[in-house]
Amino acid sequence: MDQFAVKVFVRLRPSVLDPAGEATKSASIRLGADGIKSLRIGKMIEVKIEGNGENEVRGKIDLLCDRLFANTVIEDYEYSLEKL
Amino acid sequence: MDKFTVGIVVFPGSNCDRDVSWALEGCLDIRTKYLWHESSDLNDVDAIVLPGGFSYGDYLRCGAIARFSPLINALDEFVRSGKRVLGICNGFQILTESGFLPGALTANKNLNFICDDVELDIVSSKGGWFNNGTEKQTIKLPIAHGEGRYHCDSDTLKKLEDNELIALRYKNNPNGSSFDIAGITNEKGNVLGLMPHPERACDETIGGTDGLFTLKSLILK
Repeated sequence: MDQFAVKVFVRLRPSVLDPAGEATKSASIRLGADGIKSLRIGKMIEVKIEGNGENEVRGKIDLLCDRLFANTVIEDYEYSLEKL
Repeated sequence: MDKFTVGIVVFPGSNCDRDVSWALEGCLDIRTKYLWHESSDLNDVDAIVLPGGFSYGDYLRCGAIARFSPLINALDEFVRSGKRVLGICNGFQILTESGFLPGALTANKNLNFICDDVELDIVSSKGGWFNNGTEKQTIKLPIAHGEGRYHCDSDTLKKLEDNELIALRYKNNPNGSSFDIAGITNEKGNVLGLMPHPERACDETIGGTDGLFTLKSLILK
């Protein structure tokens, strides 16, 4: 069995308003950081997982992302995978 | 025949389960039974309420973890049989997360947890959940949520409109919901999800009785 470290990024879809991102953007500007054009907040999920090769593990991660980690009505996801 | 019984699902973190029981038993004389989320036996109940609260601490997303409970897995057949399911607040979030209703509920536009009475237009009485007679097209119910902004894509919104699946709309949209949506039904009409709390509007002494009709309609066949 191979072991992989996976980092999953879940983000609100661009068409969905991100009020937490907007509030953080406004605080960033108050802090004095200028030039911020856009600020959106997402989630990062780290998973260590084992399986028979990368393809099998990708299958498991796709299922997790699609059914649990993200709600694809409002969120997109992507992930990177590193063999340990 | 046994008395009609409404099952009230209890998740870890549910906090409106007793309110729903009080409203049904105390105000409407409808028998209730608590159903622990790990149970998948729905044989003893004739209708189901998914109450408000913070199931599983609202971890990941509101309703996202509850969706995988044995009880929600068993709900599919219950819904297909035509029996009635009412999801209130967190219950509505669970119904969208689990795909019984379209769309999703996410953080309020102003990020506040809003606890208030709101005026609602009855748009459709599909499924008989609301009294859409000539006398009253507007009702007042309490809301209490931080993540009640209904969102769906334009195709879904069109489908909701074309099939009269939008049950309630806010008169003064408090949370940024698409199309002011506060509650929707499935196509059959036997599943209703709404952010407002009908169980908190069942007695004049606590501010109104506009929630009675919806709870009473649980016993419709």
